[in-house]
Amino acid sequence: MTPNSVAIVGAAETTRLGTIPDMSQIQLHADAALNAMADAGLKPADIDGVATAVETPQQIAHYLGITPSWVDGTSVGGCSFMIHVRHAAAAIASGLCKTVLVTHGESGKSRVGNPPRTVPPSSLAGQFEQPFGPMGPPSLFPIPVLRYMKTYGVTHEQIAMVAVVQREWAAKNPRATFRDPITVEDVLNSRMIAYPFRLLQCCLVTDGGGALILTSAERARDFPRKPVYILGTGESVETPMVSQMEDFTSSRAFRVAGPTAFREAGITHEDVDHLMIYDAFAHLPLYGLEDLGFVPRGEAGRFIAERNTAPGGKLPLNTNGGGLSYMHSGMYGMYALQESVRQMRGIAPAQVAGAKISVCHGVGGMFAASGTIIFGNERP
Amino acid sequence: MPEPARARPQPTPETQHFWDGTRAGELRLQRCDACAKVYFPPRPFCPACASRSVSVFAASGRGSLYSYVIHHRKVPGFTPPYAIAVVQLDEGPRMMSNITGCAQTPEALALDMPLEVAFEKLDDEITLPLFRPAKG
Ligand SMILES: [Zn+2]
Repeated sequence: MTPNSVAIVGAAETTRLGTIPDMSQIQLHADAALNAMADAGLKPADIDGVATAVETPQQIAHYLGITPSWVDGTSVGGCSFMIHVRHAAAAIASGLCKTVLVTHGESGKSRVGNPPRTVPPSSLAGQFEQPFGPMGPPSLFPIPVLRYMKTYGVTHEQIAMVAVVQREWAAKNPRATFRDPITVEDVLNSRMIAYPFRLLQCCLVTDGGGALILTSAERARDFPRKPVYILGTGESVETPMVSQMEDFTSSRAFRVAGPTAFREAGITHEDVDHLMIYDAFAHLPLYGLEDLGFVPRGEAGRFIAERNTAPGGKLPLNTNGGGLSYMHSGMYGMYALQESVRQMRGIAPAQVAGAKISVCHGVGGMFAASGTIIFGNERP
Repeated sequence: MPEPARARPQPTPETQHFWDGTRAGELRLQRCDACAKVYFPPRPFCPACASRSVSVFAASGRGSLYSYVIHHRKVPGFTPPYAIAVVQLDEGPRMMSNITGCAQTPEALALDMPLEVAFEKLDDEITLPLFRPAKG
């Protein structure tokens, strides 16, 4: 894809975030999609492409009254939406469709109308992980952390700082679930979930949704909102089993997706004004900073502890408060994308003054997948 | 009512040799006849070079503690806190397991400590490969 050839012209989250027991999962998709269509000034008849995850494109297209000529049902976990943006940009650039709607909705907390989460006992994970007692992401995602900590001498206090700093960002965001300040001691005294991680190092569980609308940069000039351009994109997958990661100190999927996006955008790390790294758990920003090349191997803990990513720091990271403090319905990638778009539009609650380039990096499953989108806001 | 049991693996044609092995007291891995890669989990071809010529062999059952979490929430068949561990096998692959015969604490579970396989019978069909601190 040529940088700047496709733009975001509609972006919105569900009207409410948090606990929404009066909406089923598909209605959360629809609530966000209707908000995004209103944001772009479009009707269902104006949309000719649909991308979504967990729910299928046919469910979403039918529910919203859309007749698509292009669909993408890539469902690889929370970064599916980064990958949808990538695929949609390529589809629009090559003329397969003109206007793509990407939707996410998840009744992660209330669990109304969502499919059950099960691991088939005949799958490789069902045979070679599930019998040993994992129960969902909090028991699996932190499995590589002790190896990472031992390899680089990263401390519990440094990883606790990830949560502390993100709470500082959340304090600036009226829509964030948790906004009260926390200290390293608070983090290290919170309830143990799966050693070495405690409650405040694990993401929230909430309900919500988000949607994006993409079209060509040329058409984007005629929309009511300031277009946010796609500069670069990347994606990859590694393994459905965290125990089978090639390297416990680094994600192969991150190392493919991130640099691919940087090469496509033709930018360097010094060009980046704003960064989102999907933080399902407190170690994710550390792996992301290193695998995307923002800091040398093993330096991310110190980098965050020294407040480089905090308000006032040189690399504003997870400025909505992240999955640790803003919201996390289960597939958080959509909310990271929404915050990058807000920052590029200049309307974020914790706006980074003059930000021109935002990198948004997502993870899917337990280091199973990755997608990276680089946004810009300067008219090509 | 009996206590709910831990998740039970359901073998497939491609993994049956592994579960036959644990039942017979062997930790069976696969080695590529073409490139000598030792790999896990089981499949009837080499993930490094795609050769379909691969051999099953009995591994030493020895390894070391690569990484883990100590899970503090209730899961059927487990009494928290318990470690969910990844074992680095001497032959190269890593596998998830539990560590038995050892306190489930950060102090007792030192990374890189030597381990050996300890088979635990689940039922007549399934025996799980757990690991315990190596003797001597
Ligand atoms: Zn081979």
